[in-house]
Parts: sequence; C-alpha cells; structure tokens
Amino acid sequence: MNELEKRLLDGFQRGFPLTERPFAEIARQLNAEEDQVIGALEGLSESGIISRVGAAFAPGGIGASTLAALAAPPERLEEIAELVNGFEEVNHNYEREHRLNLWFVITAPDRDGVDRVIAEISRRSGLEVLDLPMLESYRLNLGFDLQWS
Amino acid sequence: MELTGELTGADRRLVTAMGPGLPLCRRPFREIGARAGLSEKNVITALKRMLEAGIISRLGVVVRHHELGYKANAMVVWDIADEDVDQIGERFKTFDFITLCYRRKRRPPQWPYNLFSMIHGRERQAVLAQVDELARACGLEDAPREILFSGRRFKQRGAVYNSGGAL
Repeated sequence: MNELEKRLLDGFQRGFPLTERPFAEIARQLNAEEDQVIGALEGLSESGIISRVGAAFAPGGIGASTLAALAAPPERLEEIAELVNGFEEVNHNYEREHRLNLWFVITAPDRDGVDRVIAEISRRSGLEVLDLPMLESYRLNLGFDLQWS
Repeated sequence: MELTGELTGADRRLVTAMGPGLPLCRRPFREIGARAGLSEKNVITALKRMLEAGIISRLGVVVRHHELGYKANAMVVWDIADEDVDQIGERFKTFDFITLCYRRKRRPPQWPYNLFSMIHGRERQAVLAQVDELARACGLEDAPREILFSGRRFKQRGAVYNSGGAL
C-alpha cells in the first residue's frame, strides 16, 4: 500500500467533497493530481480493499431492513448461502461460528418486501429464518480507524 | 423511524443510482445525474440535504476490513435488561474498537440477545481481550453474551434499493 492509498483510506471514509470535481479537491488536500487519486481508487477497488466510493444509508432511513439468521446443517451451508445470495435484497451474507451459522442483511423498499424475502428463503430452504430488526442504533458505521502496522 | 416520506421521486432515483457507488471519473456526480435523470447540480444539492438529514450516514470510501488484515470480525451479542439497554448502548459507543452497536428484537427462546456490538480486529485473542475489557468497564461480567466470529463472506456489498422502481 503506498502513501496516497493509505491517506485516501484514512481521510476519506466520510466527508467526501460534494463539488463538481471531487477527486481534484481530494488531490488538492493530499498534494497529488486528480488522475492519481482516481487511479489509486481504481487500484484499491480492483484489489478489493474498497468495495466502492459511495454513500452508506442510515438503517431505517430509507426503506426497511433486517438482520436475519438461520441454522443450516453444515453439509447444506454452501447451497443455502447461494440461495440467499440469489436475492438482490440481500447485501451482506456471512458465515458465523454458531449454531445459527448464516447471517445476512435484507434491505427492501418496505417491510412487506423484507417479509417476502424471509418467507421465500424459509420456504425454499425448509429452515426457520430468524428476523432480528433493529430497534435502536447507538453507533452507526462512521468509518473505520485503520491501524497501519 | 421510516423517513421515506421525506424522499422525493428524484431522491429515490438518486439513491438507486448511487447503489453501485460513484463512477471513478472526473465528474462523477454528472455521471450519477445522467443515470438518475438529474442535473449535476441537483445531485450535489440532494446529497448534501440527505447527509444533513441523516438519511446518508456517510459518503466516502467504503473499506473491506478483511482485505486490510482485519480478519477477526466478531459480532458480540448481549442479553441486557430492557430498562438498562439504552444506557449500556450509549456506553458501548464510546469504545473506539466498537464499529457498530445496535439494539435488536429478541426472539426467545432461540435468541435471547438484544444488544449487538461489532468488533473488527486483526487477531482473535485481541478481540476476546477487548470483549473482556468492555464487560469489566460496563459491569457486565455476568451478563449472558456470545461472540460470533465470522467465517466465509458469501456476499458483501452496498444495499441495492431498487425493486422495479417501487422505492
């Protein structure tokens, strides 16, 4: 990771400039060129270190979402993970070390949309899907303080 | 807290266009505007307004922790009395190593936990030590809790807010 990449990750997880040439503004702040900044972000994106440059929406702010979990028999986990991935309403889907071994976030325009996805996953997997909607947010993800080693 | 009533049709198109992230070009907001049927100026104005209203919690680079060496991703869940949970949640958020903290619905008997805190660490041992530190500092040594480390990531991306334009 070079210095420009590190400074992009440290300084721009929030507060992205809302100007016509945002990458030029970032470049100005980091003493670089606009095209260097764009190139560095392309590189970080291709290597999977960043998933995108974009907006994170507050939960409950637009549409409806929930955290869902199910207990897949270990030999069926991959098959069920694939089934869950097939829904465009699912944006995160993780294995976790627990009896409830598959955890995923469902986001839809409204609560009915969330319910439909839960019902469909349950029907097609034959498993109970636990629906754990958020009631209160104490700390949103406002970026991540990276400790460079 | 459904805020959808505050979003105009143009906002919804903008949210959909922002889903995959900003294009990495010199005029990204003009590009987004072209997808959403908005002018560059209106895109910028609408994004500012949504940030101020808290509909967008942040705008910037979205990092993937795992690729940066943060491989010990733990969801730590706690069963906290309903009358205490707000106070504990407020306390948790003052710890820098907690990246997310939410109260969620319990589903007894399968799921008794109501407080969720996320810790992204490099080493499992360090995360376990942080959980102990947290419990001690908040007087929760005896509170029922579980630590769920993540395994495979089957999917990780931003939410997609389109459903035939129904949003």
